[in-house]
Amino acid sequence: MPIFNPEIECAKESDIASLQLERLKASVQYAYDHVAHVREKCDAAHVGPGDIHKLSDIQKFPFTVKDEMREAYPYGLFAVPMRDIVRLHASSGTTGRHTVVGYTRKDLDIWTECVARVASAGGATADDIAQISFGYGLFTGGFGLHYGLEKIGAAVVPVSSGNTQRQINLMRDFGSTVLVSTPSYALYMAEAAEQMDAMKDIKLRVGLFGGEGSTEEMRAAIEKKWGMLATENYGLSEIIGPGVAGECPEKCGMHIAEDHFLLEIINPETGEVLPDGEWGELVITTLTREAVPMIRYRTRDISCIMRGKCACGRTSARIAKIRGRSDDMLIVRGVNIFPSQIESVLMSTPGIGPHYEIVVGREKFLDTLEVKVELSDASLLERFSELERLRERIRSRLKSTILVDARVTLVEPSTLKRFEGKAQRVTDLRKG
Amino acid sequence: MIEQLSVFLENKQGRMAHLTGTLAAAGVNIVSLSVSDTAHFGIMRALVDDPGRAAQALKQEGFTVNTTQVLACEVPDSPGGLVGVVQALSDNAISVEYLYSFVRHPGKNALIVFHVDDVAKASQVLRESGCRLLEQNEVLAY
Repeated sequence: MPIFNPEIECAKESDIASLQLERLKASVQYAYDHVAHVREKCDAAHVGPGDIHKLSDIQKFPFTVKDEMREAYPYGLFAVPMRDIVRLHASSGTTGRHTVVGYTRKDLDIWTECVARVASAGGATADDIAQISFGYGLFTGGFGLHYGLEKIGAAVVPVSSGNTQRQINLMRDFGSTVLVSTPSYALYMAEAAEQMDAMKDIKLRVGLFGGEGSTEEMRAAIEKKWGMLATENYGLSEIIGPGVAGECPEKCGMHIAEDHFLLEIINPETGEVLPDGEWGELVITTLTREAVPMIRYRTRDISCIMRGKCACGRTSARIAKIRGRSDDMLIVRGVNIFPSQIESVLMSTPGIGPHYEIVVGREKFLDTLEVKVELSDASLLERFSELERLRERIRSRLKSTILVDARVTLVEPSTLKRFEGKAQRVTDLRKG
Repeated sequence: MIEQLSVFLENKQGRMAHLTGTLAAAGVNIVSLSVSDTAHFGIMRALVDDPGRAAQALKQEGFTVNTTQVLACEVPDSPGGLVGVVQALSDNAISVEYLYSFVRHPGKNALIVFHVDDVAKASQVLRESGCRLLEQNEVLAY
């Protein structure tokens, strides 16, 4: 499998570290000089660009949180005048204002290079026909993958998300070999392809998934249904968009574009930096961004950093599949639960479909947790006891994983909500 | 032996209407029908004139459908009609998972449909006890 930029991706760890240090000094200096908000924060914390002598000196700097981006809406954190900006993207805030990010020409080039790396790592080549079923627009997913895949020479089909039947028809007629979408939309499209009896005519061999986290079990379900190699890549618009990190076929974590981003893992409660291998919140500092340089951005994504040469040949550090977002975490009867833990259990239970819904409520001052799944194994219908046993099996497996008793509801197939973009599987009735 | 449809139903308004509407649109006639439910869900079981077509139509509409072998026998529509049949099964340690009965035409014998854990053994036991088991076409023509 080709490596897009072997000079960087397979470089010696110490070479990368010195490149990072050199760029970190320059980037912090640049942000300090060009963004008033950064300067004020640094001054208030009594740190400055001159305090960086080694990579870990970044720990002296204050974090940046999403709210600061909202308050700076729309251009408050930009380091360049609008004449240097060639693109704007924004991420939708479910709670209020958008966060807006800008790109200079050089930012776009770097972004394209980063996505080209993750697309190559995921197995895409110039011979591929890549169907992009991410939404195009303010969301960075569509455009990000678009330019990255073009860069490696793939034939890009910019379908955008939605209109699932048409997706399947195009996939079949165009002979698409690479699919770009959220993992949940990939599952939904697989189901549609099966219903349309189109699976046998579809040539997809590689899936590049992102936009939301997913579990190993979900990946296995996607790979089985489509008969493809499914990899995941990671990014967020506040930093650049997709391309921050991406998996190779070894599927042992997502290789980080370390020449452009410096990653740390912190304890989300105390802010303390954690050593490699420990799980915590991912914090990212950009090393080369011109339009919106970011110092220690708190992603709220939970992961861990792994180092060591990968069997694929890359030496870059990796982040584990995102386990969840710190703000996705549910607290049910005082127990912390990530929806991904529930997903792992459901995806590895035979007899039910891959779609699910989680409803958290409150009855008589006690939290309730309901998990809805679609029954798919019709052979269980001959005995009520079999169906009850299935419910009980799911309930007890959930209990041993999340330590909370859930009510398991079996529903008819194709009745739970399907998603064309990021899945929203949790309803918390305790809010509002 | 007879093919029976089993269909999973959520306890939700309109599901029976959707199910029967689907069968009607496919031109399938329901010969007999039983719906049982728990607090959480129900299962509809039915004998129809064309189980293959019915199953296909229902699957296309997204229902979870199973076809399974059941036994049907005729019993006199009078007191004690059923007891001989279930006694014979019980004496031979055959468990009945579920059963339902129907009368196709007034005045005729009742038909009992049942699902057992061991169909082959049950057929043999019932035949030996003098009970008449009906085939699919006989039920339809009954």
